[in-house]
Amino acid sequence: MSGTGDSWRLRESYTFDRHVIAEIHRAANTGVYRIRGWGAKRRMPTLDDLVFLGASMSRYPLEGYRESCETDLVIGAERAARPLEIAIPITIAGMSFGSLSANAKEALGRGASAMGTSTTSGDGGMLPEEREHSSKLIYQYLPSRYGQNPDDLRSADAIEVVVGQGAKPGGGGILLGQKVSERVAGMRTLPAGIDQRSACRHPDWTGPDDLQIKIQELREVVDWQVPIFVKVGAARPFYDTALAVKAGADAVVVDGLQGGTAATQDVFIEHAGIPTIAAIPEATRALQDLDVHRKSVKLIASGGIRSGADVAKALALGADAVSIGTAALIALGDNDPAYDDEYRKLGSAAGFWDDLQDGTDPAGIATQDPRLTARLDPVIGGRRLANYLQVLTMETQTLARACGKSHVANLEPEDLAALTVEAAAMAQVPIAGTDWIPGDRRKR
Amino acid sequence: MGPGCVSAPDPVTTIDLAETSLRDLNQKLHQAERGSFRVLNPRGAHAVACGIDADISVEIHGSVGYYCAGMHQKGSVYVDGNASTGLAENIMSGTVRISGSATMSAGATGHGGLVVIEGNAGARCGISMKGVDIVVGGNVGHMSAFMAQAGNLVVLGDAGSDLGDSIYEANLYVRGEVASLGADAICKDMRPEHVRTLAGLLEAAGMEADPNDFRRYGTARGLYNFHIDDVNAEVARRAG
Repeated sequence: MSGTGDSWRLRESYTFDRHVIAEIHRAANTGVYRIRGWGAKRRMPTLDDLVFLGASMSRYPLEGYRESCETDLVIGAERAARPLEIAIPITIAGMSFGSLSANAKEALGRGASAMGTSTTSGDGGMLPEEREHSSKLIYQYLPSRYGQNPDDLRSADAIEVVVGQGAKPGGGGILLGQKVSERVAGMRTLPAGIDQRSACRHPDWTGPDDLQIKIQELREVVDWQVPIFVKVGAARPFYDTALAVKAGADAVVVDGLQGGTAATQDVFIEHAGIPTIAAIPEATRALQDLDVHRKSVKLIASGGIRSGADVAKALALGADAVSIGTAALIALGDNDPAYDDEYRKLGSAAGFWDDLQDGTDPAGIATQDPRLTARLDPVIGGRRLANYLQVLTMETQTLARACGKSHVANLEPEDLAALTVEAAAMAQVPIAGTDWIPGDRRKR
Repeated sequence: MGPGCVSAPDPVTTIDLAETSLRDLNQKLHQAERGSFRVLNPRGAHAVACGIDADISVEIHGSVGYYCAGMHQKGSVYVDGNASTGLAENIMSGTVRISGSATMSAGATGHGGLVVIEGNAGARCGISMKGVDIVVGGNVGHMSAFMAQAGNLVVLGDAGSDLGDSIYEANLYVRGEVASLGADAICKDMRPEHVRTLAGLLEAAGMEADPNDFRRYGTARGLYNFHIDDVNAEVARRAG
């Protein structure tokens, strides 16, 4: 045949496509697994595979621009003297100073505070700038205990015991030497410049029975003032949630496979854990079995939340709130096309860059290089994040009102339909136009 | 107080855990700014005297459960008995001492202060320690000083297997046998400054031992950074 180019003659292998070949070449050159940031990039079942049914003849909607649709949430009212009260059901996930710049942490605090919600510390302790600019700050209690101290614990508005995270359930954190500056190293009691690999397991407890005692200790240290969260990577969410409740958690954070990280092995990011759409219904089922759902124990879902549609769907599946990490960094300016030339110099491009681990972030967010961190104005960054949170909230309310809900927490699975068999099975909602739920676990 | 006056010793407040709740005990200790406390009948309770943040003295008569004196600051806690998991975990300053033995993870992640265990310590003693000094009169169990970052662990007896696995800059002094060293842990020279440090720790702990009888273990610094090859660079070099 004439007139046909390479695209007609060449056939790329599905099994060994160009990305796979490049990765094998990279591995053969370096002898070390690929470490990167961001979350899973592969196609997988997501909340996009669900749709809201909206009001119709049998249900009436609320006026979209006039009738109120509340968004507030209280966590820990049953046990904590100072429950955590947030104005919107969207929180900022734990991200460490070290992985992020101090300006980025401050910006997250400013943005969250402007919207009346919480931000969260991370591996490496509580940053003073973060505490100062976060009206509600959740203090993570991690296996590494880097920078962990009782003064910060007592200054927190809630404590989150981290068992795992969605990007790497069963794994510990990584912070490569390029980002372990003198300040970061000092907060973690480690030599500057080392490739710091955090513990994957807590040093002084194993299993839910121990965790129950650990939570008792934490409550005693802070005189039962603030709520205790338990965060798990989505692996076995039914059992993990039930065990967290048994251990005494006021909130369970379930972080799905799409959850981001500043650095871990690519093989971990893509191949461990289950998607958020599959995790939320299982965690909800555990809370319902224990008769604590929408009551004494709250469910916070995270992993790949991008829009108000995602927020509303997560709430409808049973979450009381969501947590965002990657989306919050994008709101600050991560992967901004304005820096495309610089991303290309790093061998990537705006929209593709995921090397948060290497300390060269052109947007000045995931770096400790003073030349780069100066690019992020924490006041402007905070304003951008607040705007983004505002949009997420308005979108969530739009869908909730359309379903006739005067509070976003009233969203329920009955408001949803699935577009694929996989989504129907995972979310436990019917395929659109049918009443069929594959593997139906509802009590009949 | 006028010249020549001598301050009266603080009265000792006795709290009986057979009659008082753990919550009330810890609340009292957290509210105290000074003074001495005697705790009776702990009966293995967890989280006894955790979160102290004042220059107070607490004596506990009997054995305690998990996390006794956890996250301790400034004051002193003495346990006349044994302690379960996580004795003085994440201690920041001050002193914690027990007359008996401690089970797992004693002194875990401690950032400062002194922990003295007159008996033995179980597995993972000093795990992830970040500046605390720990002195153990007897033996320590396996995986002690795992990922130890800073501070000193002194063992007058023997150490179990995998001592100091993945250790950073902490120093481990052991008088007896070490069953095995963990990854990246090595035996190091005992220089004069180490002898002086060890002598000071033994004195502070009230332990009678000759510093010269100890060997020092620490990091080989072989795990501090990933080893990344670059075959392409070699190929380019050969190509000239």
